[in-house]
Amino acid sequence: MSEAVSALKSAEYQGFARVSECGLRGMITVRGDLASRKLTKAVEDATGQQMPKPRMVNTDGPSGIAWMSPDELLVMVPYADVTGKLAQIDKALAGEFAMAVNVSDARAVFALNGNAREVLAKLSPADMRRSALPAGEMRRTRLAQVPAAFFADADDAFTVVCFRSVAHYVFDLLKAASDPSSDVGYF
Amino acid sequence: MSTRLQTKGRLVNRDRQISFSFNGKRLKAYEGDTLASALLANDQMLVGRSFKYHRPRGVVASGAEEPNALVNLGEGHRFEPNARATTTEVFDGLKAGSQNHFPSLEFDVGAINQHLSRFLPAGFYYKMFIHPRPLWKHVYEPFIRQSAGLGKAPDAETRDPDTYEYFHAHTDVLIIGGGVAGLTAALAAGRAGAQVILCEQTADWGGRAAVDGDEIDGMPVEEWIKNALQELESMKNITLRTRMMGAGVYDHGYVLCYERLTDHIGPSEGPRHRLWKVRAKQVVTATGAIERPLSFAGNDIPGVMLASAVRDYAINYGVSAGDRTVVVTNNDDAYRTAIAMLDAGLSVPAVIDVRATPDTPLIERVKSRGVRVMQGMAIAKVKGGKRVTGVSVCSQAGEGAVLEDIACDVVAMSGGWSPVVHLWSHCGGKLTWDEAGAFFRPDPTRAPLSFDGTPFVIAAGSANGEMDEGAVLADAYTMGQEAAKRVGATPKGAAPTAKDTAQAPLLPVWMMPQGASYKLRSKMWLDYQNDVKVSDVQLAAQEGYESVEHTKRYTTLGMATDQGKLSNINGLAILAQELNAPIPQVGTTTFRPPYTPISMGAIAGEAKGEIFQPLRRTPMHDWHEAHGVYWEPVGHWRRPYCYPQSGESHEDAVNREVVNTRENLGLLDASTLGKLIVKGPDAGKFLDMLYTNMMSTLKPGRCRYGLMCSENGFLMDDGVVARIDDDTFLCHTTSGGADHIHAHMEEWLQTEWWDWQVHVANVTEQYGQIAVVGPKARDVLQSLGGMDVSKEALSFMGWADGTLGGIPVRIFRISFSGELSYEIAVDAGRAQELWELLHANGQQFGVMPYGTEALHILRAEKGFIMIGDETDGTVIPQDLGLHWALSKKKADYLGKRAQQRTHMTDPDRWLLVGLETVDGSVIPDGAYATGEGTNANGQKVVQGRVTSTYYSANLKRGIAMGLVLNGPDRMGEQLTFLKTDGTAVHARIVDPVFYDKEGVKQDV
Repeated sequence: MSEAVSALKSAEYQGFARVSECGLRGMITVRGDLASRKLTKAVEDATGQQMPKPRMVNTDGPSGIAWMSPDELLVMVPYADVTGKLAQIDKALAGEFAMAVNVSDARAVFALNGNAREVLAKLSPADMRRSALPAGEMRRTRLAQVPAAFFADADDAFTVVCFRSVAHYVFDLLKAASDPSSDVGYF
Repeated sequence: MSTRLQTKGRLVNRDRQISFSFNGKRLKAYEGDTLASALLANDQMLVGRSFKYHRPRGVVASGAEEPNALVNLGEGHRFEPNARATTTEVFDGLKAGSQNHFPSLEFDVGAINQHLSRFLPAGFYYKMFIHPRPLWKHVYEPFIRQSAGLGKAPDAETRDPDTYEYFHAHTDVLIIGGGVAGLTAALAAGRAGAQVILCEQTADWGGRAAVDGDEIDGMPVEEWIKNALQELESMKNITLRTRMMGAGVYDHGYVLCYERLTDHIGPSEGPRHRLWKVRAKQVVTATGAIERPLSFAGNDIPGVMLASAVRDYAINYGVSAGDRTVVVTNNDDAYRTAIAMLDAGLSVPAVIDVRATPDTPLIERVKSRGVRVMQGMAIAKVKGGKRVTGVSVCSQAGEGAVLEDIACDVVAMSGGWSPVVHLWSHCGGKLTWDEAGAFFRPDPTRAPLSFDGTPFVIAAGSANGEMDEGAVLADAYTMGQEAAKRVGATPKGAAPTAKDTAQAPLLPVWMMPQGASYKLRSKMWLDYQNDVKVSDVQLAAQEGYESVEHTKRYTTLGMATDQGKLSNINGLAILAQELNAPIPQVGTTTFRPPYTPISMGAIAGEAKGEIFQPLRRTPMHDWHEAHGVYWEPVGHWRRPYCYPQSGESHEDAVNREVVNTRENLGLLDASTLGKLIVKGPDAGKFLDMLYTNMMSTLKPGRCRYGLMCSENGFLMDDGVVARIDDDTFLCHTTSGGADHIHAHMEEWLQTEWWDWQVHVANVTEQYGQIAVVGPKARDVLQSLGGMDVSKEALSFMGWADGTLGGIPVRIFRISFSGELSYEIAVDAGRAQELWELLHANGQQFGVMPYGTEALHILRAEKGFIMIGDETDGTVIPQDLGLHWALSKKKADYLGKRAQQRTHMTDPDRWLLVGLETVDGSVIPDGAYATGEGTNANGQKVVQGRVTSTYYSANLKRGIAMGLVLNGPDRMGEQLTFLKTDGTAVHARIVDPVFYDKEGVKQDV
């Protein structure tokens, strides 16, 4: 064994939605002035993605930028590249009042396919209607008793992010919520 | 007797017979039956006993308002008490039983209470059991608990095998109630384009209109309902849910709805109940109305039922409550029951109407079929015990002189209808008294208000006080449109129409006859479940309980599981009469959610079993589990307490781990420690304010232990700070402090020092952290290779980045044990790999993992304090002799000013010392040292307490730390600590550092 491992080693479950742990994803928390051109350039160069508007996330495969708060971004890159990307961002931000921190291993990431909105609506108080949470919008919220964030792509497949220590709990929650005999028929 | 009729019953499927059991007896029912209709079909009128007098109780209603027909359902792990038979759908194999009787429903010894009722008036319990005080706890309370209560609590050992869940739904409009009003409101809002959820608590749409209504839009009501549903189903913006009750309306359009998914089919796959947490912009309550009973002597005898329920059972389920039905009423509506009974081929010996009123179409229809209508008359009393056998008729105006007896087995009573205003009222909607209908109706000018001060609840149809079908439909459509308008939609379409039947005014009669004697009044039930009678409310009023809320609590009126759905208005009308005040002035009691009881399972949602609570796992969790760990819950984390080897007790395991760590090599999973990155040009300044000691002078590459106090001066956290570079610090917190210190930092940065250039990030879970501890710690690291860990390259309180066995690490040379120690931070994804590597390579050095208890003992041997042991929120650093960590150079830090206040500088504060028992034993944790004499409360004076206490396997004796009055000045003095068994243990005051006082072992 010489590779970094994710919390659940790509566990899967098929209910009325499919739950899959995605393995490790490179994640860098960036804090600073989001209006700064230097910071914008730094994260755009690192990801090839555009700076998102408030609450939004721009992604392409494993690379992306998510707006987390008025002074925080989540930069996503392939896990293998994270050390290099972090150094690149640090260098670009030299002299700027900003922070970039590697949080890749602090997270667990799940993919939800199928009627994901219904699964998430059982666990999160967020408004899961397409009109309220369209593709490309990030929601920082909770799943049952723990913090989590999620966003959808155009096909309504959701990416769910939580803390690594509760990966097991969140997987169990998603499993229970997507139990085949429990679909709600709301979305 | 009650029985199944030849007529079909619109809700039952006569082609599918099913069987169920009641009190062990196998009975037949049809698909679509409620338990109540099925019991009546099997001539089981007697269904339970009342709360106080154990009076026989029969089905009285046909819906959610039922007070009597409460049953036990299921058995074993699925046992559930207090289920209403009227809202329980029968499925094949259902098991039900009656409650609150001994030894049997038919013969109940508790029924003796009804003969003692003279001695058990309102307030009896308060009056009787208040003195002498000690008897309450030991005699009265156990006795009352035994004899009171309806259903039994489930056995403590049973475990509900079913699952439950929540569902969060956001919508424009939520319409509660799927009768014709709810359907009409949904049509109005839906046609306007609003997003609508329409929910109905029963399995069927249309409510009671199909029983009572004639025509809507020129077609039979049932056909109209079918068409309305078809239109609603065709609209994409409408969600229809049956078996879903609006349970409670809360602030800002938050509504709980209770969906029962499998109760009607019995144990099955999938969740049993689903609690909908709905956020609606507008809530329409189309909850209908409930018929009121009349108060006459014997109105609780099985066979006395609501008039509407009698015809519901006949028309909906094809069940007759009895062969001969006497109708007693103060309004026209009850005449429909007479008609329904005649249509079913049953006999109606008389309609007793308290009014002297000219004929209206309904009265005429009844009269024309040869039924005797007795005007201005009342029931003097009902005859019968466990079943009605007849009524004695008297004049309503008199005192109850019996004019004649009429034999019957059903009394169908109607005192008029009350709108179901519960959901309107839950969140502050106010009511207004309607003189004509003698009921409270929602006051639309005083609706519940949302966050922006605009109304968010609209009552529609009968729930809004409209009692005629045409008016109900018009009102419901208007209100549905109003809801749509308020959410920005544009109303269109027209309301359905119905012809109203002309009716004579109702005569508000709250007691019959109006001059009834005490004897009669003490047999007039208001609250069937809690046994509250007219005489009880009158007594309360006489004794000075003028407030309706006080009367309620004194008499327990409306306090049973039905929450007074039938008794509320009648009770307060009696109170008003007694107080000689108008009813609206007396007012109502408070309507509180839930509308009817909801299951505990639904409230708990998914939180059971594995997902009862989040369990936080470190990256090495699986390894610990595979190596026989004994877990200790630390917040939501699980941490190894110790690793018992085969046959070893936990105590032995801890002692072995402690000794091995001092003599050889120990591994500790320290991943739960908080790790906060603090970065920015002002980071040093910021940390100087947060910690009591100086952090800004720390050099990159070095570590410093620091204390954190609240602004009140009390110790709140501690840990090692490492300076990463000029702008960046890594602050370690306690495991419990990780989130809370992060929030503490953010709060100060966001609210007080918002202009300081500092960012904070919580990277606690990014790293696994492994403490490699013991004289052979360096050897094992060197055996892995990758970086220089010699004293020269990485000295005590230094840190360095590098690799170990090819894995990138950051090593801190810090020690919480007093031994040579390296704390290694590694990316969580490779933490278990490194742990396994250390464990494998450590074999040659005698490695053993150790748990939190060994960690505690090792630190206690060194006199290191632990937040939460030596501190409890009242302890300041000075108490613990930590003056060295309080900077005198800094102008300020959080807590500095507070620590200068008189109480904090009081020389009599208890101070930290070590404690060594004279006999070598271990002092019990938390034990107090006694002083001389007693205090003002007559308690022994105390002069100190134990904060940490362990058996030290290294020193082979008990050691402890404690806070003692003038402790450090009393070295060598002996204290007496009391044990809970009454004996005492003696200990000497010593230095808190028991082991390696010079600190040479950690600095090698």
